[in-house]
Amino acid sequence: MNRGLGIAIAMVALAPFALSSQFLVNLAMLTAFSALLGQGWNLSGGFGGLTSFGHAVFFGLGAYAVAIIQTRWGINPWFGLPLAALLGAVAGTVLGLAAFRAGLRGSYFALVTLAFAEVFRILANSLDITKGGLGILIPLRPAVANFQFADRRAAYAVVLAMLGIAMLAAVWLHRSRFGARLAAVRENEDAAVALGIPLVGTKTRALALSGAITATGGVLYAQMFLYIDPSIAFGVDRSVEMLLVTMIGGAGTVLGPVLGAIALHLIEDTTRILIQTPGFALMLYGLILLAIIAFLPDGIAGLLGTGQENNRLPLPLREGGACP
Amino acid sequence: MPSADILLAGLVNGLLTGGVYALVALGLTLIYGVLHIVNFAHGSLLMVAMFGAWLAVDWAGLDPYVAVVPMTGIMFLVGYALYAGVIGRISQGDDKRILLATLGVAIVLDNLALAVFTGDTRTIDTPYQFAVIEAGPLLLGVPRLISFAVALVLAGLLWAFMALTDTGRAIRAVAREPEGARLVGIRPERIFALSYGIGIACLGAAACLLLPTFYVSPQVGNVFVLIAFTIVVLGGMGSFPGAVVGGLIIGVTESLGGLFLGESLGPIGVSLVFIAVLLFRPTGLFKAAR
Repeated sequence: MNRGLGIAIAMVALAPFALSSQFLVNLAMLTAFSALLGQGWNLSGGFGGLTSFGHAVFFGLGAYAVAIIQTRWGINPWFGLPLAALLGAVAGTVLGLAAFRAGLRGSYFALVTLAFAEVFRILANSLDITKGGLGILIPLRPAVANFQFADRRAAYAVVLAMLGIAMLAAVWLHRSRFGARLAAVRENEDAAVALGIPLVGTKTRALALSGAITATGGVLYAQMFLYIDPSIAFGVDRSVEMLLVTMIGGAGTVLGPVLGAIALHLIEDTTRILIQTPGFALMLYGLILLAIIAFLPDGIAGLLGTGQENNRLPLPLREGGACP
Repeated sequence: MPSADILLAGLVNGLLTGGVYALVALGLTLIYGVLHIVNFAHGSLLMVAMFGAWLAVDWAGLDPYVAVVPMTGIMFLVGYALYAGVIGRISQGDDKRILLATLGVAIVLDNLALAVFTGDTRTIDTPYQFAVIEAGPLLLGVPRLISFAVALVLAGLLWAFMALTDTGRAIRAVAREPEGARLVGIRPERIFALSYGIGIACLGAAACLLLPTFYVSPQVGNVFVLIAFTIVVLGGMGSFPGAVVGGLIIGVTESLGGLFLGESLGPIGVSLVFIAVLLFRPTGLFKAAR
């Protein structure tokens, strides 16, 4: 089931290359982009259960990094990708060490990430290097060397490649020993500690990995839209979108963010044709989120039978297992 | 360095605003103290209340301070229904589900407001909006003074309700020991919805007190959600005196932050206080009063 679905999604993802419709390529690119950000969130929020309300921190760091190095210092934007991954990993490590050493989890962790994103938004709004509230406009110079593509299909290919890397990271978390430790921490911290799993280290590493992937998403955003400002980069809406995509698709599953991104973009484009009122599509997402929390905790992936491999965990590690 | 008079004015204005923030935070801390849930929809419900207050003033022609009475009642019903109908049912007592459920409610409300009222920023006009009272070197805005006084009176009433009435005692009993309360004949489910309703009713009053000196837009909840959580965490989750003292501290922090750091960098003070308290003293200044 899992493999068949994966192959079907891969074929749909590759179809726009054969068709010459710019509309379809664009739709596929934005969907893949949402899936990339969702997977970034999923690596810590889904697999690690670290519900973050402030993942825009990583996204914005990547976006501003690539915008600043090319407009200020004339550095080739392709260097933005490794730089953003590094910045994202460092930010994830710092945030993780601070929050997890202080023992913050659940709602408190969500709130502290929200506050971090707000600090960065205010800084970006006030500092000279980010040009404050004006934002940074990247000059249009389409050339592969400039990380700008005249052909949307090339841009789509880059987004797909980054999504591929994010998917590999998710598969790794799904199969590796580290992933198993992370799942143990997610399901029951006390039991995980009793098994000798280091809590702070495990959670911080997951957040660093998630931060690195999410930051590269910020780079792709800046190069796709050639403009970045404090609310686009660090706003609450950005963090919420990543969370929504993953929760709706299925948190802690490999394919969840992809399914969630497809569902969201299908809903968005159909409702946009039917009802033009601003806010309507997002309101619908909110209602879907409530329905998913109530009836489908594993999201669409759970519905399709590719849900969290929760049941593979030994009984005491499951929620409501033998340990209190 | 601003002169002493400007500093004093910033301090006093911060305290006055902080009084209204305290009312917002009282609602949040009550909900946390009784239900042990982090109500992420608090900012969005305040936004809803502010639109309600705006309609009461702009459409029904009420004075904003008169609108406190109907808006408190309406928001109580909204909160009661929201808990009994949506949040309580969906969350089933699980921390992460509650957090996401209240986030879902916030997303729905924010975008519903956007669809109904568009993204415009709205304000109200009152005959006394620019009236000031001279107090020594200070010029104090009349709306701020009235709002502060009303907020403190309402906070006192809420305290009296919790301390002196049977319902208040039942709420405190459930906060402390839901199963024990059930044994003496209190229905915790009813108390949960009631407490959520009272917490949201505080927002109905706070919205009317904020409106004369503030604006309302569908995104305005984002401004307050972090402020409210900062106050509650600073004062100690679930603590009433903590919420009041925290509200005043945060009002002053915000006011002085704006004075020293400027308009765009100023708000960073509140976020930094929030992070610092969470990381270094997560129990807050006061222990939760039980």
